[in-house]
Amino acid sequence: MALSGENRPYLDHSMADYNFAYLDEQTKRMIRRAILKGLAIPGYQVPFASREMPMPYGWGTGGVQVTAAALTPDDTLKVIDQGADDTTNAVSIRKFFEKTAGVATTEETGQASVIQTRHRIPEEDLREDQILVYQVPIPEPLRFLEPSEVETRKMHSLEEYGLMHVKLYEDISRHGAIATAYAYPVKVEGRYVMDPSPIPKFDNPKMEMAAIQLFGAGREQRIYAVPPHTQVVSLDFDDYPFEASKADAPCDLCGAEDSYLDEVIMDDAGTRMFVCSDTDYCTGRRKAGHIGAQGTAFEEDAA
Amino acid sequence: MYVAVKGGERAIDNAHAWLAEERRGDPSVDELSVAQICEQLSLAVNRVMAEGSLYDPDLAALAIKQARGDMIEAIFLIRAYRTTLPRFGYSSPVETANMACDRRISATFKDAPGGQVLGPTFDYTHRLLDFALAAEGDTPEAAEGIARHEPTPHITEFLNQEGLIQTEEDTDKTPGDLTREPLELPANRALRLQSLSRGDEGFVLGMAYSTQRGYARNHAFVGELRIGKVDVEMEIPELGFSIDIGEIELTECETVNQFTGSKTEPPQFTRGYGLVFGQSERKSISMALVDRALRWKELGEDNLGAPAQDEEFVLYHSDNIQATGFLEHIKLPHYVDFQSELELIRKLRREAMGEMKEAAE
Repeated sequence: MALSGENRPYLDHSMADYNFAYLDEQTKRMIRRAILKGLAIPGYQVPFASREMPMPYGWGTGGVQVTAAALTPDDTLKVIDQGADDTTNAVSIRKFFEKTAGVATTEETGQASVIQTRHRIPEEDLREDQILVYQVPIPEPLRFLEPSEVETRKMHSLEEYGLMHVKLYEDISRHGAIATAYAYPVKVEGRYVMDPSPIPKFDNPKMEMAAIQLFGAGREQRIYAVPPHTQVVSLDFDDYPFEASKADAPCDLCGAEDSYLDEVIMDDAGTRMFVCSDTDYCTGRRKAGHIGAQGTAFEEDAA
Repeated sequence: MYVAVKGGERAIDNAHAWLAEERRGDPSVDELSVAQICEQLSLAVNRVMAEGSLYDPDLAALAIKQARGDMIEAIFLIRAYRTTLPRFGYSSPVETANMACDRRISATFKDAPGGQVLGPTFDYTHRLLDFALAAEGDTPEAAEGIARHEPTPHITEFLNQEGLIQTEEDTDKTPGDLTREPLELPANRALRLQSLSRGDEGFVLGMAYSTQRGYARNHAFVGELRIGKVDVEMEIPELGFSIDIGEIELTECETVNQFTGSKTEPPQFTRGYGLVFGQSERKSISMALVDRALRWKELGEDNLGAPAQDEEFVLYHSDNIQATGFLEHIKLPHYVDFQSELELIRKLRREAMGEMKEAAE
């Protein structure tokens, strides 16, 4: 009993046999409906029948499904993880769409029409003709305050966010500051409290942008959205206002003072160096002649 | 001098090539064929079919081979493949009373129509390593009996005739489909059973075991456990009648549970139900126990706060593909979040140390 293709024609699948962007049209329609509903009710978590994808849950299956439903053959796709195009999982997802959708890909933020991201918003301002797709692990901002989904859905529908404010208040009374550094909760258009996905709070102010922002949580079967130019407010108190923070240093490669930085350990003595987390932004600046304290002039393929 | 890390793509390609080599192992040892896995590791194949929610022994065996015997990885391969298959329609409900049973036992009645059939079970083997197997000798032929052709009635039905066991209400409603609609809570029993049937064997076993040890105890008797083949029929709209499209092997377990009555229900026996692809005994018994524990609301029982009574807890954590994906994703880079935590901890420490110093002065 061999697995011959003769009586099992479906085993002769190659990636080319899959539908455009992998998902079948029916599934894409279902996802598009969820996206439209999400855009109509900014910040509201729309349940959707998430599919098993050929990559693990927790590795961007929500974002991948949203991207698959949003892509058209004319799109140019950029995929980043931790701000970088070359992190392994970003490479893997980009390859997936190269194979299944055959769309053009790019590392340049300005060239992309669809950007799938994990944990960062690009430094460069996004435009109205762009879509930013976030990978979301836990879409429920109230989850770590209340583990039950039944309860948190009730809290959202009653707009009962007291628990969240109590948590932030307790942070201040205990630590003198709000002890949330990433996935910092926001309120969208004055109604829903929303998890911005685990982006550093440095990125929160960028969420009021011209591009469409779509959020996909595959394992948790939720999609939500922020339409262009929608009000997104990071939760805070009048006497303890929200503060977007980053490492207090310029990028050592390109000298940027305004970008979010990664800290890199350089030697056994633990010497640190700061570099832009957004690799495209850093490269662009270096190409334009900016040189940081430890940088060198940009050379093509220097890496 | 630091340069931005590049080369992710090449690293991935190299990793895949190495993985393929490791999967094959020492090339001087014969390669396993899919047919060998299918025939000789059939219980592994059954588990992959059950939790992969796809009845296809050959594909399950292929997945086990590709996954180097990692069961959850194999289940994942099957699930990912399954979602790409077109839906032609839904079969009619299978009739397990007509099952051609290889095994059928009851712990509640010494004998019943259809008899007790032990079948190919490990139950009474002594768990001694059989070194003769290592020598790969021929297996002696087992004795043959005469197959039973008439239907084998369900034992719980005999209790039902006396009104001693809770009646399951017939419904013509089409059950929901867990794989097509998002799971929303509270879930009905059909959805709970679907979820348990594809749930992780270890998780469902652990949950069931917890009920036996007193976390929402519902003492269960195995009213009946049967394993065998059933016909799958499908109604073809163009024909206007249903035809056999194949047969599948199933394990069905019905438990009979003690119940002394509640505010809303009189004393009677209650039921738990398990139905799993292939020969999957442990799983189907576990499923029946957990099913019973989750029925506390409809039976008017108290919520004891036990994990196995908590539908949300059980259903949201039983799927090993979801669980393993999320668990393993913490291997992915988290530089950015970690960086923001670093800065926060430094800031909080600076302030805390300052306060301590002030207090000391």
